[in-house]
Amino acid sequence: MIKFENVTMAYRKDGHPALDDVSFQIDDGEFVFLVGQSGAGKSTILRLLIKEETAQSGNVLIDEVNIGNLKEKDVPKLRRNIGMVFQDFRLLPEKTVAENVAFALQVLNKSHEEIRQTVPAVLDLVGLLDKANRKPEQLSGGEQQRVAIARALVNRPAILMADEPSGNLDPDTTVEIMRLLDQINKAGTTVIMATHDAGIVDQMRKRVIEITNGAIVRDQIQGGYGYS
Amino acid sequence: MNRFRFVMEEVWQGISRSITLTIALVATFAISLSLLGVSLLVGSQVNEMKDYWFDKVEVSIFLCTAGSDTPSCANGPATEEQKSQIRTDLEAMQPLVAEIFFESQQDAYNRFIERFKSSPISANVTPDQLPESFRIKLSNPEEFTTVVNKFLSRPGIEAVRDQRATLSKLFSVLGGLQALSLGFAAAMLVVTSLLVGNTIRVTAYARRREIGIMRLVGASKMALRLPFLLEAIFGALLGGLIAAGILSFVKGYLVDQVIATSFTFTSFFGWDAVITASLICIGSGTLLAFITAWFGIARHLKV
Repeated sequence: MIKFENVTMAYRKDGHPALDDVSFQIDDGEFVFLVGQSGAGKSTILRLLIKEETAQSGNVLIDEVNIGNLKEKDVPKLRRNIGMVFQDFRLLPEKTVAENVAFALQVLNKSHEEIRQTVPAVLDLVGLLDKANRKPEQLSGGEQQRVAIARALVNRPAILMADEPSGNLDPDTTVEIMRLLDQINKAGTTVIMATHDAGIVDQMRKRVIEITNGAIVRDQIQGGYGYS
Repeated sequence: MNRFRFVMEEVWQGISRSITLTIALVATFAISLSLLGVSLLVGSQVNEMKDYWFDKVEVSIFLCTAGSDTPSCANGPATEEQKSQIRTDLEAMQPLVAEIFFESQQDAYNRFIERFKSSPISANVTPDQLPESFRIKLSNPEEFTTVVNKFLSRPGIEAVRDQRATLSKLFSVLGGLQALSLGFAAAMLVVTSLLVGNTIRVTAYARRREIGIMRLVGASKMALRLPFLLEAIFGALLGGLIAAGILSFVKGYLVDQVIATSFTFTSFFGWDAVITASLICIGSGTLLAFITAWFGIARHLKV
């Protein structure tokens, strides 16, 4: 369970807060869209959850653990439980699809055996098993994003966060990615996706948290991008 | 094993991506550690040239041997009466004469062999060629002329010497050389540590994608830092080994082949000094790399 309690966060001390007294709760297994214009504070919520940033006031809790109070040495453990996907995919160009996914396991000191079993399984899940030995440049945008999703999932995190995952994709590819995220969510993973793609949000009919100027202006079950 | 290979691949990538910087790093480590090593060797040489008595006494009174040819030795080796007279006179000079040591021919021979064990000269020496001597420690070293004047040219005495005075000029030159190379070594080590920091910054920039992903998937602080630490330590080790090679060249060629052939009156530092200096160079270089890399990483690498 994710809980924001009166969270205020400003990037500069004297600046306008990126988040202003924000409170909400996301239960395990939910699928939530964070919507709002660029700079509204969507990404800040995601950054607080992986402790890239720390709130000035209020509490950010995951499973009753206060992320703000987490010691530096415990931050990696937190991040192992959260998969992250970005608009720009962030793949390593010189590594193959399989190596990109394996990288996430190697840096965590996982055994050769485990890597050999887990990587094909997760590539199968995202439908890229046949392209395991390709380099990212040989893939379409949608396929690259699938690799990024596979990498985010390979450590079996409880939460998957996606920051504008469809930002660089055409509408058809976006639908495929959304289907994949939905499938992952149905398997039990909490999915939080920040987006300003109205089409997807309207189509998926999931919970929508809308943020404007750092404040929540709407929290709607089965919402659309705009008021419906 | 898998883990080790993975880290090594990361290190190798870091090195090969910024190969010129790595070369610069190894070169500065090699130069600064060589300078450090040379100053250590000069120190060993100074110790080598100081004989057993050097730091203990001011004045040495050498008695006549059968082979002495100074006028005061015209009557052959010093007699027992002459020796006891010298001792009595010395004892009368207290408190200026603080301590009196007597070195027999056998003692002198033993020390000579010990000191020149690495020199061919020791094979040709027998105890009777070496003079007996009184070694005198003064309460006030400045007044050594008082002693010299009293015993100079006395029958049975071949020479009265203040070895400190004759050697001190040479030692001050060597000391200056040592200080100079130590100073350059210190300056170069500062430059080297700056370069370590710079290398880490460039490597961190070159590897920013990997590092970003490593952080996201929850790599531990150590997993993030290890490739950088190893890269710096690799540079120091390689630089240290090159420095050790340079020191071996200094000993094996410059000292043994060139200098020793023209300066036969003294012995030179041995290979043990070269090994010690090399180990100190490699050790201190690695330590410096570790410390500067550790702080450099803290500056350029957010967890």
